[in-house]
Amino acid sequence: MIFSFETWQITLFSLSVGLASTLLILPFGIALAWLFARKEWPLKSVLETIVLLPLVMPPVSTGLILLKIFGRRSPVGHWLYERGVEIVFNWKGVLIAMAVMSFPLLVRSVRTSFAEVNPRLEQIAATLGASGLRIFFVITIPLAYKGIVAGALLAFSRALGEFGATILLAGNIPGETQTLSLAIYNFVQLGKDPEAYVLLGITVALAFLFVWCSEWLLRARGNT
Amino acid sequence: MFQLRWIQKARLLAVVLLLLGSAQTAAKGDEILVSAAASLTDVLKEISSGYQSKTKSTVKFNFGPSSGLARQIEEGAPADIFFSADLPQMDNLDKNGRLEPGTRKNLLSNQLVIIAPADSKLAISSPKDLLKADIKRIALAEPSSVPVGVYSSKYLTDEGLWDQVKPKVVPVQDVRATLASVESGNVEAGFVYKTDAAVSKKVKIVYEVPIDKGPRITYPAAIVKESKRKDAARDFMNYVQSPVAKEAFKKYGFVVLD
Repeated sequence: MIFSFETWQITLFSLSVGLASTLLILPFGIALAWLFARKEWPLKSVLETIVLLPLVMPPVSTGLILLKIFGRRSPVGHWLYERGVEIVFNWKGVLIAMAVMSFPLLVRSVRTSFAEVNPRLEQIAATLGASGLRIFFVITIPLAYKGIVAGALLAFSRALGEFGATILLAGNIPGETQTLSLAIYNFVQLGKDPEAYVLLGITVALAFLFVWCSEWLLRARGNT
Repeated sequence: MFQLRWIQKARLLAVVLLLLGSAQTAAKGDEILVSAAASLTDVLKEISSGYQSKTKSTVKFNFGPSSGLARQIEEGAPADIFFSADLPQMDNLDKNGRLEPGTRKNLLSNQLVIIAPADSKLAISSPKDLLKADIKRIALAEPSSVPVGVYSSKYLTDEGLWDQVKPKVVPVQDVRATLASVESGNVEAGFVYKTDAAVSKKVKIVYEVPIDKGPRITYPAAIVKESKRKDAARDFMNYVQSPVAKEAFKKYGFVVLD
């Protein structure tokens, strides 16, 4: 009973959507982090703050905003609905909730690791005739990759723990949008503590593993 | 080296998409989605499995707090039926024209009960027995703010017992905390809803507050106006009111309204 079909299904679903959401935000997160670390423009701090907001706002209010945006009654949600794409109440909602909630953590970590790359190395490459894109992929990314992977792991862990935004946007539909966090909530509501503890154990083990790896990579950073 | 890493990532992504894709195509036929209060999870799952074995329809559930479910329907979430644990949420949707007219119905109610640890020898034949010396402490959800606590203290006040019982009362966070403190044997008795008492094997009901003396707790259900599968939704609404379903609700401690 402990590792029932449901337990596996819920765990696998959480991991898959969490992974998909992390891969989805990775290119955007890296691009934005690089801009934050290397470029200056007017009102940059405003954009930086907006990106960080989901980290500190109550997840339920982020969820409410997402529901307002993607609900059928909003222009965006309606436009998508007309084209047969529904975000609310299916896995796409879980994906978006996770992506939005974990994005700030990714950008923050990656930005720090870009900032630590010595700009002189990039300048030297430029004097040798390398294009901007080539410098980015051959010099900057390889030097910062531990920080990038650490940030991705952190974002992935945050995605796995997502609750507030997910339950509003994607609902808590067993077998379809129910993640580990939502299932734990459900079991606690029903007073089924033993079932909740099993999922709790899985969550703690996964979170520990990924956060530990992330921290390890961050500590190893610079010793390349 | 980088190339390899990207290939691996692409492969992982493909696996993920395949997994998600297969989950998507699995559901077919007449399918309805019921947004229901989390406290109804077990009983509705039992009822729907009986329903699904009889018909070709599939019933899916979205379980959550009634307030959140109502909010989702307000924003156009594709639910077909809303099964709420309280009236105000249903009233709001009704007022805003989100419900299919004539489909709203009060289906269930809940009842206050006094519980004791399962191995307790306590016997209570009237609420006055709470004054007996062998009951030293009574667990109650916070009587000023938590609904079940408010109802319990109001009931005792109506019975003219509150002032005498009050010194024994241990205010706790909610119904779950009341259950936990009675289960542990740290208190001799506690007030919870009958459905909560039915969940725990470590407590037993020693007294049921008569329905007309307790609070009016109502679980209404209705079909959502924007539902695209109203016939299937109607069919399930009827089934939820059938004798088989009523038996299931009673088994889980609910009071079935007619």
